[in-house]
Amino acid sequence: MKTTHKLAIAGAAMALTMASPAVLAAARDYVSVVGSSTVYPFATVVAERFGKSTGNATPKVESTGSGGGMKLFCSGVGTEHPDVTNASRRMKSSEFKLCQDNGVKDVIEVLIGYDGIVVANSKAKAPMKLTRKDLFLALALQVPGPDGKLIANPNKTWKDVNSALPDTKIEVLGPPPTSGTRDAFSELAMEGGAKKFADLKALRKSKDADEIKALMAKHGIPASAFNKKGKKVFKAVAHAIREDGHYIEAGENDNLIVQKLEANPNALGIFGFSFLDQNSDKVQGSIVEGVEPEFETIANKSYPISRPLYFYVKKAHMGVVPGIEGYLAEFSSEKAWGEEGYLADKGMIPMPAELRAQFASAIKNKQSMTGEGL
Amino acid sequence: MTNLNKSRAEQIQSSLAKRYRAEKRFQMYGYAAIAFGLLCVVILFTDIVSKGYKAFGQTYIQLEVTYDASTLGITDVNDSQQLALADFHGIVKKALKSRFTDVSGRKAKRDLYGLISNGAGYTLRDRLVANPELLNQTETLWLVADDDIDTYYKSIGSDAGAFTGRMSEQRQGWVDQLVESNDVEMRVNRNFFTQGDSREPELAGIRGAAMGSLFTLIITLALSFPIGVAAAVYLEEFAPCNRWTDLIEVNINNLAAVPSIIFGLLGLAIFINFFHVPRSVPVVGGLVLTLMTLPTIIISSRAAIKAVPPSIREAAIGVGASPMQVVLHHVLPLAMPGMLTGAIIGMAQALGETAPLLMIGMVAFIVDVPGGFTDPATVLPVQIFLWADSPERAFVEKTSAAIMVLLAFLILMNTLAVILRKRLERRWL
Repeated sequence: MKTTHKLAIAGAAMALTMASPAVLAAARDYVSVVGSSTVYPFATVVAERFGKSTGNATPKVESTGSGGGMKLFCSGVGTEHPDVTNASRRMKSSEFKLCQDNGVKDVIEVLIGYDGIVVANSKAKAPMKLTRKDLFLALALQVPGPDGKLIANPNKTWKDVNSALPDTKIEVLGPPPTSGTRDAFSELAMEGGAKKFADLKALRKSKDADEIKALMAKHGIPASAFNKKGKKVFKAVAHAIREDGHYIEAGENDNLIVQKLEANPNALGIFGFSFLDQNSDKVQGSIVEGVEPEFETIANKSYPISRPLYFYVKKAHMGVVPGIEGYLAEFSSEKAWGEEGYLADKGMIPMPAELRAQFASAIKNKQSMTGEGL
Repeated sequence: MTNLNKSRAEQIQSSLAKRYRAEKRFQMYGYAAIAFGLLCVVILFTDIVSKGYKAFGQTYIQLEVTYDASTLGITDVNDSQQLALADFHGIVKKALKSRFTDVSGRKAKRDLYGLISNGAGYTLRDRLVANPELLNQTETLWLVADDDIDTYYKSIGSDAGAFTGRMSEQRQGWVDQLVESNDVEMRVNRNFFTQGDSREPELAGIRGAAMGSLFTLIITLALSFPIGVAAAVYLEEFAPCNRWTDLIEVNINNLAAVPSIIFGLLGLAIFINFFHVPRSVPVVGGLVLTLMTLPTIIISSRAAIKAVPPSIREAAIGVGASPMQVVLHHVLPLAMPGMLTGAIIGMAQALGETAPLLMIGMVAFIVDVPGGFTDPATVLPVQIFLWADSPERAFVEKTSAAIMVLLAFLILMNTLAVILRKRLERRWL
């Protein structure tokens, strides 16, 4: 008899859970935020403070990665879709188009600050003095050989890369291709290094088909890789990272990289500035182009590897989902993103006062992005 | 003849020692395997416990706080609107300023205010709401210290030396002063058990994730157990033996081995995209985990039903019971212990699962402790994952502490399964 009761209860429970979704989806009294894992530590602080100080429901923040966040965000208007997405890069024009096609017409774009990417090693060793060219030569899949043609990267030790560097094996722990940190590192450090080669730089600038073909032949790049824009061909070269064991994909967890660096003093690791800040007793940042990665140097842009952080807001949800305006106001207040705000304490590098004022007014006036220049 | 016999006896005698040795070696392999397993467990546990036990303590700082109405900017304690805007951090700042009077300069002041967690303001608000007569009064209170102070204070005297990475000399000096006057104390970290997630390590707690796990598992159990048992009963007791049932059996066994992330993708496609169940809620988590635990429960329930001897069924049919009565009155009660054990092991598996939840938005930062099946929630293993990925140093010990809590639950559930089996099991001889 007991069992029949149990079955009946379970049946009722199942019917309930199946019937309720329509009701559940109708209302949402908390802000839903998705997006970049780099912005996640900052967005969560703002969400928590907003929730605690106003008594509103605390916004829910998901860490889906920049690309994943855009996909969710642009999938439509309605409370089952997120209100805000974070990104550690600007929205791409393809993503903007996806948004438009799905009816997400009015989007407010807000730049919130910067994040530095550091190349760190264990404190047991002296700090490395690197240039972006060194990083490119050490990590690229192919580098220009003696005759200008691209050859498989022959460099085994840092001394091979640059005679001023120590004679230790190149071992770099870094994020996998799915990571925003990797995107930014490729764009800022690897491209920056590749540009130091005059021919590659010419390829990047070129928009003339014949010139591109000539440059490609000079580098020994197969004709099948041709693209009307020289920049795309250049990017394919600059972003390709070697796969012969000198670059080790260490997963998305930056704490893990720090631990591995401690265990192996000869290795270098690539991760976000906030992790260096929290582990300054174990690891130190390499000096890049003569500049140490510090709060001030990243803020004044003298440290070359730093990236912008953004979030995007769906205008159609403002006024429908309660709390969006309040969350945005908290984010754009001086006590949050200001020079001495709490986001700076968490390791985000604030932007200059005029930019802060510009984006704060964009929020206030609900100024939609036009999609130009993406 | 005797000669031959003797030699055979001798032969046996001579090989005996060798056989004993082989026997011994065989036993030793077994011991070695067990010892290796135990060693791994011991290493794992000592590592986790040694890293995590500190998270159960929290540094508190004693301060003299004045609930000054003008600093707070309120006139009436019972006006909730005024209270929401009141500057409770202001009175903490004032208390710190009066404790360390010689601090000047913006940077130094910021450092000073950073000694106390920004959660302290909310504690004061709650105190004032509960005791309105405290307005304009002064009391001495223990307030939660900031995570930087906590990490520093806990690391004093450790082998590696104190962690001073985020502590200026001046801040260290203040802490030393407070220690000297006995105004710093380690206390049981109550926040850890009563609060939801937080980005401030000193305020972060496991309760939100634990409640999320509870709600998710209730849904999982309520759906997967009856469905699993019904499927098992049909397949064992009623299904004809033909190609279709063979196909079903092969598929169920297959499903038990499918990686859990696949169930997450399936859940995303069916429950969220098609049925529009909201993301990140225990309902959708429970539905996905149901899909995952169903095969486990069906397989173990079938094994339990199979173990009921046919004589029981025959006897019941013999006295005129209908097939349904045979199943409900005789087979199921006898198979129940085995089925429950299977269900508990399935639930323990579901409790430790993260991968399928990634797809359905339960890997999220959620501060408010969920109060029901449709509040956004996360679960214990996801909380561990999120903390392990946080930059703040203090989250390292929180991560280990959360692992300890999860392990405690798993051990509890598995012990329950063993006890149930021992208690209720019947042997058929």
